[in-house]
Amino acid sequence: MADLHTKIGALELKNPVMTASGTFGYGLEFADFVDLAEIGGIIVKGTTLEPRQGNAYPRMAETAQGMLNCVGLQNKGVDYFCQHIYPEVRQIDTAVLVNVSGNSPETYAECARRIAELDDIPAIELNISCPNVKQGGMAFGVTCEGAASVVKAVRAVYPKTLIVKLSPNVTSIADIARAVEAEGADAVSLINTLMGMAIDAEKRRPILSIGTGGLSGPAVKPVALRMVWQVFEAVQIPIVGLGGIMNATDAVEFLLAGASAIEIGTANFIDPAVTVKVARGIEDYLDRHGFTSVREIVGLAHEG
Amino acid sequence: MKKYILDLVLRRTTQPRPGYVLLQLTDPDKPLPEMLPGQFVEVRVDGSPTTFLRRPISINLVDRQRNELWLLVHAVGAGTRALAALTEGAVVNVVLPLGRGFTLPEEAASEWGAASERGAASSRENLEAQSYLLVGGGVGTAPLLYLGQELAALGYKPTFLLGARSADDLLQLDDFRRLGAVHLTTEDGSAGERGFVTQHSLWQTATFSRICTCGPKPMMVAVARLAHEKGIPCEASLENLMACGLGACLCCVEDTVDGNVCVCKEGPVFSTDKLKW
Ligand SMILES: Cc1cc2nc3c(=O)[nH]c(=O)nc-3n(C[C@H](O)[C@H](O)[C@H](O)COP(=O)(O)OP(=O)(O)OC[C@H]3O[C@@H](n4cnc5c(N)ncnc54)[C@H](O)[C@@H]3O)c2cc1C
Ligand SMILES: Cc1cc2nc3c(=O)[nH]c(=O)nc-3n(C[C@H](O)[C@H](O)[C@H](O)COP(=O)(O)O)c2cc1C
Ligand code: FES
Repeated sequence: MADLHTKIGALELKNPVMTASGTFGYGLEFADFVDLAEIGGIIVKGTTLEPRQGNAYPRMAETAQGMLNCVGLQNKGVDYFCQHIYPEVRQIDTAVLVNVSGNSPETYAECARRIAELDDIPAIELNISCPNVKQGGMAFGVTCEGAASVVKAVRAVYPKTLIVKLSPNVTSIADIARAVEAEGADAVSLINTLMGMAIDAEKRRPILSIGTGGLSGPAVKPVALRMVWQVFEAVQIPIVGLGGIMNATDAVEFLLAGASAIEIGTANFIDPAVTVKVARGIEDYLDRHGFTSVREIVGLAHEG
Repeated sequence: MKKYILDLVLRRTTQPRPGYVLLQLTDPDKPLPEMLPGQFVEVRVDGSPTTFLRRPISINLVDRQRNELWLLVHAVGAGTRALAALTEGAVVNVVLPLGRGFTLPEEAASEWGAASERGAASSRENLEAQSYLLVGGGVGTAPLLYLGQELAALGYKPTFLLGARSADDLLQLDDFRRLGAVHLTTEDGSAGERGFVTQHSLWQTATFSRICTCGPKPMMVAVARLAHEKGIPCEASLENLMACGLGACLCCVEDTVDGNVCVCKEGPVFSTDKLKW
């Protein structure tokens, strides 16, 4: 049986399958369907310094092999997380990561600082790439300077594993990855959602309340895979790959493209038990091809 | 309440009216889990080239004797049309039971007991005087059948007020009639009184202690207003667009007096005084 353990900076994962922020709640919502301890890591909802109501309804539209969302980071704020949610999620026997958002380098840093104090949160994922908030969010993720400024501020106050989640809505994702690596990010994760929109032909209006939203699901997979491939060639730090992963084969493709771990998002809506199936499927793949560790296949498609 | 992902088998599929299909599903191996009226299931639609997400469908009925779950589906788009085209023996993957359903008499009694300090006033006789009016429109009548069945099982006699565009859109009337009095309205007058449910003469002649409604939003808003004017507690079942159905994605929110709340988790049934209608 192949070894599924993997490492993202100092963060040790029992297997490379994590859940994507905003698609798995706080994990507890899925406890009836999967043994949460069998998941490599759980990345909880986007968390901000202050509570946020998010955008108005409607917040989603189904599209061909995917969906658009404009949730807009609805959350009760970092203090609520620390007091009310952390005591529950720390009980889960796997790595629990917090996805951190903000609207200035200072608010990102302050939010990260408060989470750094939580012993059982070994890492954060910095969301500099959310397309659904007017101020901040993606504004930082789409330029090298913006991305660097946030990572710099957070790095100064956050000593644990810092993963920076990149936006695909850029001309060169490799450049952004290099910029955040230079500021001391321990890893990058990609991709966040691709900016898109849907229009109701009968009503002659956009479907989503704010007009545009983020596309996720199998529709984005080829784009995500290409970006992981490019970033692997551009940086030394580990990559967490995501975007449209529905099954173990998809996950293996991301590992081969250069990801050390993967995240599953939208697929959780279609099969709430998909995470553990993918973890087992990766193991089967490794066994079938005679690999002894998942680390052996990271970036393998680049060789030769 | 524990949730499950189940492969159910389609035992029978019938068309109560053109455009509607009743799916009678069973678990061949074990009893169906506990489910409450007003809760829903998320159905996976396999074999439709365009349907990606699951489809939320209300629990129409749970027949414990036959170990059947009934879903009443209005074929309006690709997903529901694919469900309507399923044939007997098909395997249907469902996640259930989801959300919070209608308040049943015992819970309602404890709510009211807590509200009134009069103690003796919330005696058993008073509870039995509770009369439920169940108001449904279109395919929104679906969850009211299960609610009516559970109320009847608890010894209550629910009254149904069902509305539709025309007689052709009134569904499962025989099933409703077995459970309580049924009053009808149609917009074209082809069955029952002509007009909307809120215009029915029943409102002049009878009084109720609790109203539960499910149907198109304008209908539910009108029913909620009327209930409010009459001082009758009212619950409505919402149909917001959903992605996960599990309270995980925050796509389905309704703007309530408590802020944005997930319809799939805190609802789909809400007390109408929580809604900003
Ligand atoms: C809690 C709940 C209970 C429901 N119960 C029933 C029921 O018992 N019987 C029944 O026939 N229908 C029910 N619906 C509505 C049903 O989910 C939609 O009609 C169905 O999802 C449409 O899918 P489609 O692919 O056929 O249509 P599409 O072509 O996708 O859309 C057709 C129409 O359905 C609406 N719709 C699409 N997706 C959703 C969605 N995920 N949630 C809600 N509306 C949607 C769209 O706004 C559109 O107007 C319920 C919805 C909810 C939220
Ligand atoms: C409903 C929804 C909410 C999301 N919320 C967040 C969020 O709060 N923070 C974040 O970094 N990404 C968020 N995302 C993006 C996902 O984490 C992920 O990057 C994206 O969906 C691509 O992966 P997928 O195709 O596997 O879903 C959200 C996605 C969806 C569908
Ligand atoms: S549909 Fe995902 S939270 Fe309600």
